[in-house]
Amino acid sequence: MLDLYGTSLSNRLLLGTARYPSPAILADAVRASRTEIVTVSLRRETAGTSKSGTFFELIRTLGVRVLPNTAGCHTVSEAVLTAKMAREVFATDWIKLEVIGNHDTLQPDVFGLVEAARILSGEGFKVFPYMTDDLVVAERLLEAGCAVLMPWCAPIGSAMGPINLSALRSMRAHFPDVPLIVDAGIGRPSHAATVMELGFDAVLLNTAVAGAGDPVAMAAAFAGAIEAGRSAHHAGLLEPRDMAIPSTPVIGKAVFS
Amino acid sequence: MRVLIKGAGVAGLTLAHELAARGVEVEVAETAAGPGGGASWFAGGMLAPWCEAESAPETVVTLGRGAAGWWDSALPGHVVRNGTLVVAPPRDTAELSRFATRTTGFKWLEADDIAALEPALAERFRKALFFRGEAHLDPRRAMASLNAKLTAMGVRFHFGADADHPRSGFDHVVDCTGASAIGRTPELRGVRGEMLVLETAEIALSRPVRLLHPRIPLYIVPRGDNRFTIGATMIESDDPGPISARSLMELLNAAYALHPAFGEARLVETGAGVRPAYPDNLPRWTRDRDIVRLNGFYRHGFLLAPSLAGALAAEINGAQLDNSETSPPRPYPAWANPDQPLQIRASR
Repeated sequence: MLDLYGTSLSNRLLLGTARYPSPAILADAVRASRTEIVTVSLRRETAGTSKSGTFFELIRTLGVRVLPNTAGCHTVSEAVLTAKMAREVFATDWIKLEVIGNHDTLQPDVFGLVEAARILSGEGFKVFPYMTDDLVVAERLLEAGCAVLMPWCAPIGSAMGPINLSALRSMRAHFPDVPLIVDAGIGRPSHAATVMELGFDAVLLNTAVAGAGDPVAMAAAFAGAIEAGRSAHHAGLLEPRDMAIPSTPVIGKAVFS
Repeated sequence: MRVLIKGAGVAGLTLAHELAARGVEVEVAETAAGPGGGASWFAGGMLAPWCEAESAPETVVTLGRGAAGWWDSALPGHVVRNGTLVVAPPRDTAELSRFATRTTGFKWLEADDIAALEPALAERFRKALFFRGEAHLDPRRAMASLNAKLTAMGVRFHFGADADHPRSGFDHVVDCTGASAIGRTPELRGVRGEMLVLETAEIALSRPVRLLHPRIPLYIVPRGDNRFTIGATMIESDDPGPISARSLMELLNAAYALHPAFGEARLVETGAGVRPAYPDNLPRWTRDRDIVRLNGFYRHGFLLAPSLAGALAAEINGAQLDNSETSPPRPYPAWANPDQPLQIRASR
């Protein structure tokens, strides 16, 4: 079981809700993935709606936990304000904290991130920080009150997959007891399986499913890959070596001549 | 037979046309002062089913491929059949390949072909997709002309009508009120769209151009008179308020990326409308007691309204010909709600 701020989860895929062809396909993808947490980004324009039949109503009917995020925020004050609005709209103290520092790569501004995490943790929020794979930033975020960390493995939406495996490995090794979720950069199920094999606790993705030709089938594919990676991690993986080892012993074999 | 249509947007007017053409007596009640004042007013007017297939199901292609022909025959002179050009900035050419894997009916263009097709874009893009079979029209002119044509055909319009326009004396009432029906139509939601109009004589385009960008996709539709409609955002909201600063900035940025001349253009209009949509983003008609609702056109009003209006008009008209209490069950097209098959009563 995965424990995130006291909530036990049996599924290790967190799914974003943006950019699906339609809400109906989103709903089917959520079911196919068996995810228990979906992320929803809040824009000012979407906050004031009240009529029934809205997108948020549809999200609520999915019966999964909502992790609102502060997508698109570039400053600490923006992120804090958005988090507070999200708490009102979704009635949850969970927040995926994004403070973007570079418009092109959407790389998090780790200085602003730590500051915003401190403010929000102080106000009772359960903060899920979207961060780089930097160990020092990880330390600071834990000091700031975070009990879950979400490092990227490549820029958001890039579909590049884990581009710095050694950084991810050392992060896992340094924080063996902190739930670590790879957020952003996953492009295909094999990427998800790879980071799960490294021992990461879960994967958060959006574009890889929403942008697939068949998002529902891709959601199921990711669910399978994440499970496989998790099982493989527990089963104990072989380390690669330089020379061949025959899988069938040759000594003692009968020789026909 | 007498039919009352509520709403004079693209859904209401195309249905009025299809019914009137079948000899049905039609009246249209609209709360606004003129036709096409809702989402239709802010539409791009692109008749682009093959491009839409990038994010829409095959149904949109099937039902939309006849749209240009319908508008051309209903309103001769309105439709421009010059195709659609899809481009991407050099660093986002992966978006172009992705678009190509999701769509059909295009051919790849190289720099020279692009220059030949749209001289203004020469040297700006190395690769493009050209959807030759697509077309566009000016939604506002089309709505005004359709209004005039229908009036000449004997359709009576009640503009500035009360929302509860009296419906006694009508055999059928069809609600085509689009986003106004959000809140009283199950599952109908709003998807906000923001647009703007730029005016510049420095650049000329002959066809809609779509600029692919992972975050801010954009279309530019030439309207003549040096005007260009630029849109459109897709925001899950039914807020009809003015365009936000961020959306304006992003749309202008993308337009500027398409061609620097748009940086010198005059911003002559901004607007925001609410698209009515069902969860699958496909339109349908449903029966709600004694009212038929035709709604959920999402961003495909001008593209899909002719097809649905024609099919619904045939149903309504057919019920009269059946002369039976309830029309016999018939195979319903995929886009009609299968859970609520339409049952027209030949009432008196």
